[in-house]
Amino acid sequence: MNSDSKGLTAWLTTQEPTSATHAAFQNVWHVWCRFASNPLGIAGLAIILVLVFVAIFVPWLAPYSPFEQNLRETLLAPNAQHLFGTDELGRDILSRILWGSRITLSIVLIVSVIVAPIGLIVGCLAGYFGGWLDTILMRVTELFLSFPSLILALAFVAALGPSLNNAIIAIALTQWPPIARLARAESLSLRGRDHISAVRLMGASSLRIVLGHIAPLCIPSVIVRITLNMAGIILTAAGLGFLGLGAQPPSPEWGAMVSTGRRFMLDSWWVGTMPGLSILVVSLAFNLVGDALRDALDPRQE
Amino acid sequence: MVNQVETVTRTPRRRSGLRKYRRFGGSLLSVLTTLFLLVLLTFVIGRLMPVDPVIAVVGPDADRATYLKVKQELGLDLPVLQQFWIFFKNLLHGDFGTTLLTGRPVMEDIARVLPATVELATVTIILGAGIGIPLGVYAAVNRGRFADHAVRLIALLGHSTPIFWIGMVGLMLFYAKLGWVGGSGRIDLFYEDIVPNVTGFLLVDALLAWDMDVFWSAVSHIILPASVLAYASIAYISRITRSFMLEQLSQEYVITARAKGVPRNGVIWHHAFKNIRVQLVTVVALSYGGMLEGAVLIETVFGWPGFGQYLTNALVIGDMNVVVACTLIIGCVFIALNVISDLLYKFFDPRIQ
Repeated sequence: MNSDSKGLTAWLTTQEPTSATHAAFQNVWHVWCRFASNPLGIAGLAIILVLVFVAIFVPWLAPYSPFEQNLRETLLAPNAQHLFGTDELGRDILSRILWGSRITLSIVLIVSVIVAPIGLIVGCLAGYFGGWLDTILMRVTELFLSFPSLILALAFVAALGPSLNNAIIAIALTQWPPIARLARAESLSLRGRDHISAVRLMGASSLRIVLGHIAPLCIPSVIVRITLNMAGIILTAAGLGFLGLGAQPPSPEWGAMVSTGRRFMLDSWWVGTMPGLSILVVSLAFNLVGDALRDALDPRQE
Repeated sequence: MVNQVETVTRTPRRRSGLRKYRRFGGSLLSVLTTLFLLVLLTFVIGRLMPVDPVIAVVGPDADRATYLKVKQELGLDLPVLQQFWIFFKNLLHGDFGTTLLTGRPVMEDIARVLPATVELATVTIILGAGIGIPLGVYAAVNRGRFADHAVRLIALLGHSTPIFWIGMVGLMLFYAKLGWVGGSGRIDLFYEDIVPNVTGFLLVDALLAWDMDVFWSAVSHIILPASVLAYASIAYISRITRSFMLEQLSQEYVITARAKGVPRNGVIWHHAFKNIRVQLVTVVALSYGGMLEGAVLIETVFGWPGFGQYLTNALVIGDMNVVVACTLIIGCVFIALNVISDLLYKFFDPRIQ
């Protein structure tokens, strides 16, 4: 076992990579080593892993049902049976928060999955072709960037009607422009490179060059950018939930739970405090990971 | 001595007037295009509505004739392009339509609520820049040491905290438990409408009337929401200041200054900081606009009768005229701040031609 891992480390650190894939693995390994040397980043990663674990196994982890009401045990302060107390309908707040992790994670995942291809394609097309296509696409991108993301999301949700799905669509609509801008900058620098000229000389069509040769090279930086945006996505989603425009009750969405807690704020602090604290911890974790990842990828800064 | 660096890097002003005007015309054109697209986008948002606006007016039980008549009155039977043209024409006249509930012109309502938000945002930006910039400089100077990590953690926490939640917790703690600050609204009920409304900014009005009781009541109400909002901008401003400052501190002129015996603080504030002032003005201007986002949430929590609360109330009842108008105004404020910070940059920094 030990010699095995030693062999792997040697393979990852050797001076002469044997193939492109080998070199790519080595690259990832170097980034990982720099990332791992940042304790805050590791702490953030640990929190995210716990969150994923909780979201997957919540039916076995949560002590109570997130929806079951118990009107004899309303607004109980945190105690041994209910670690985070109960809300105005006697539901266990801890269980609701645990179930809510699924909503938070799925919002982050779905938004990322929608946003990455849109931003990538818009950015690569604009950067590669340039000219009027670039002008039009970048004007539209700048237009979307000229709003704070929550405001634009609010307007879209107001138009589409309040629901979790519409909130996800609205957040996705506000999140693609920074990615497009990034992908455009990358493809601008890529399009003059020798290997792209070589492919063009061999007769590849423009579309093939963009999709097959430029877009794949932009993917790593797009992924990093999305990681950096994840905390923002969580906060925007929670803000929409808080204003009653995201997930609707009785859904255990954290922002909506804070909004409920506001009504009982003076006598029962735990109803609103606990879900807010979980938003804080999770978005802090994403920020820590994003920050550490940025440092690991760009060692010039530190 | 202090200005040496700037004089050296300054390029001679040799530009033909024509080129200057052409560049100005180009940027004016691009701003106008963005504004037009903004109007188009808000129009589309207004028309996306799954709820039929006619039914919102006449109710679901109205007969076909009434329905068609109202539809005609609202101009919804016209072709979409013509609808857009009317929308655009009304906008140019400053007409955003009327609100669903009261029937008052949206523009009047917004003019009434805007000062409260501007007051909040101004106090916030003073706090945010006043604390964030020194923190950032301090972190850059002590780079890699404990202070740097502490500032980094403060900033990351500021980026991660749900602002509505920290506002609620603050209200619970400092108002309900400790009684240090005022609760909801801009001022205690007792002091309302005592000072004449001159500027719309309560703090200024109270000082103009020299009524210190009113002034302190207003201060006790604004201090908590402004601090909560400021925390987010401190996080942002301190991080940016730090990276600007690091860039300057690694320059050779800093080493030269240190080598010839300029004291540490002199180098930091008179040499390095002087060179980032202009960039900072831009950052502060942009985060002033970003505050509108926080204001929407914070005003809901603190019952602050401003722009954000007005927008939130409209969202809840689905009043699209108000939503469209507010979105449009926020977009315009953002574009304006961008243009202004560009101009400031060009005005203050002779290196940018």
